[in-house]
Amino acid sequence: MTEPLVSLKHLSKFFSVDTNLFGRTTSVLKAVDDLSLDIYPGETFGLVGESGCGKTTVGKMLVNLYTPTAGEIWYEGQNLAKLSKKDRRHYYREIQLIFQDPYSSLNPRMTVGDIISEPIRVNKLERPDKIDDRVSYLLNAVGLSANSRNRYAHEFSGGQRQRIGIARALAMEPKLIVCDEPVSALDVSIQAQVLNLLSDLCDEFGLTYLFIAHGLNVVKHVSDRVGVMYLGRLVEVAEKRELYRNPLHPYTKALLSAIPVTNPAQRKERILLEGSVGSPIDPAPGCRFASRCYAKGDCVGCACDAEMPELVEVSPGHFVSCYLFDGE
Amino acid sequence: MPQTTRPSENSAPQSRGANVLLEVKNLSTDFVMNKGTVHAVIDVSFTVHEGEVLAIVGESGSGKSVTSLSVMGLLQPPGRVVEGEVLYRGQNLLKLSQNEMRGIRGNQISMIFQEPMTSLNPVFTVRNQLTESIRTHLSLDRKDTFDRAVEMLALVGIPSPEKRIRDYPHQMSGGMRQRVMTAMALSCDPQLLIADEPTTALDVTIQAQILALIGDLREKIGMAVLLVTHDLGVVAETADRVVVMYCGRVVEEVTAVELFERPLHPYTLGLLQSIPTMEDVDDDEPLYMIPGMVPNPLNLPKGCAFADRCEKRFDRCTRQVPDLYEAEGRKLRCFLFAPDHEEVRP
Repeated sequence: MTEPLVSLKHLSKFFSVDTNLFGRTTSVLKAVDDLSLDIYPGETFGLVGESGCGKTTVGKMLVNLYTPTAGEIWYEGQNLAKLSKKDRRHYYREIQLIFQDPYSSLNPRMTVGDIISEPIRVNKLERPDKIDDRVSYLLNAVGLSANSRNRYAHEFSGGQRQRIGIARALAMEPKLIVCDEPVSALDVSIQAQVLNLLSDLCDEFGLTYLFIAHGLNVVKHVSDRVGVMYLGRLVEVAEKRELYRNPLHPYTKALLSAIPVTNPAQRKERILLEGSVGSPIDPAPGCRFASRCYAKGDCVGCACDAEMPELVEVSPGHFVSCYLFDGE
Repeated sequence: MPQTTRPSENSAPQSRGANVLLEVKNLSTDFVMNKGTVHAVIDVSFTVHEGEVLAIVGESGSGKSVTSLSVMGLLQPPGRVVEGEVLYRGQNLLKLSQNEMRGIRGNQISMIFQEPMTSLNPVFTVRNQLTESIRTHLSLDRKDTFDRAVEMLALVGIPSPEKRIRDYPHQMSGGMRQRVMTAMALSCDPQLLIADEPTTALDVTIQAQILALIGDLREKIGMAVLLVTHDLGVVAETADRVVVMYCGRVVEEVTAVELFERPLHPYTLGLLQSIPTMEDVDDDEPLYMIPGMVPNPLNLPKGCAFADRCEKRFDRCTRQVPDLYEAEGRKLRCFLFAPDHEEVRP
């Protein structure tokens, strides 16, 4: 088996919500809680979950926008936290982020050419006289004409802006791109264009993606492996086909069932979850999903309310965190 | 000149044989801007029958939201209805005075907006906002008004409603706020609910809850729903009939079942094919995509607005705008289905 490109080991990120008189934290928001994950070179790992489950926080920790509270991020066999500042800079160049909202993630006062060439200049990736060629090349790679460089972001539609964002990420010659819901703000017909562009670029530039999304249908199309998150915990990880054919965790099943069908003749009985996603602030001990779980009754004598179940491997490559599949 | 087939009055597929509740006739809405005039809605006609769910589908800029705002009389300048009629039970809403319209809006016709975050007033409690429409439209005393509000919150599935009614919007989650909006819209037992992207801002599991809720309430209250959405999945789940819009015009009108089984307009076909589906997990083919982009609304092409992106276009398409033809048991705006189209139909 190849070495993972990125390895997250027991990664946690807590935010302090409330402090007492003496500045000691009394209330903690556990955005990501003890999450371990390997991403292999060349693969697309889909990370799925509803809003507030911590998927974006994972992405932000990977690109060093957040510092983990606990745990380690290993990149190509090195612990990023242990590296010197200078070395770390080199690694972070290789991990780039594409944002969700193409309207707010591009500076309205910069031309497209400036937006894309800035990272090249700052990191001295190209000789100054070659920068223009590089910008044209990148614009062409994402399907925009080279003369768009003199225009401003507001002159472009949502799908084109997302392409500019992708070109900006590519400018750093990254190995790993964290795509944070790159298509959820786009129209259906444009979504397909951007998704196809991302998978073309993956082949062309040999990229690895961490693809973050809130629905399983988009992820299905681009991912090799999929991880499902619920309130800061990874509840199920499997190879794509395995996950869609044989979902095990009750939450994964509910998510899959919530996807609208595209054939009214097949309107189905779906698993409707009660209530909404709980609060990640001071979570109760036990399985995070327990309060909404419809399968809790099937598991007599389980410690659902007492202790968080471990992520166990039920079949090769298929991990699930639920007492129903604890193996005992 | 090609012969035009005008859709006859009663040609729309009747749903449950019910009466016509809302009839929109040749509605056109313009936005006059400094740079020119945007024809946001062009000659749109459709009917909603009692108890029916009609979906208007389109991408951003297709004019679907402007259509619903025009119907509600909520259009803000520079938007202006330039032509057409909106008949609600035979009464033209566009001719009503502000005061008369207020008697209908929120009472017989009500609306759910897209953004549950911005559509509620952050400085008033839910109680305050929810009782306002009940006070305005139903003559109930203070206590009954409060009870009614609590009852509505319970109906839309908010746990411990008598407590949550004292909350401010920011104390609630997105799904809860959307439920409050729904409760507000339903508090006066409307005959027609206009839901503009009711689930777009919500998570998938919450979306499923809200759709199930609207379906339930439709059964209970017997109201009709005009659902405005870009999400064909939502349409497949809820709608009886579908109107597909592109660049301000209706391009296809058909029953929901037929739309998904046999989409005929090239745009509808492309839209359906570009959705990642849950079936066929194995196929790693690239997604189908409609090439190109929606044209600039300030400068619509002379011919069919979709011609540039259409795989089946021929020279006639770029010269003139097709009419809405009656063909194949539905309405289609495409020369492929024109009665004088020579080619063999696919």
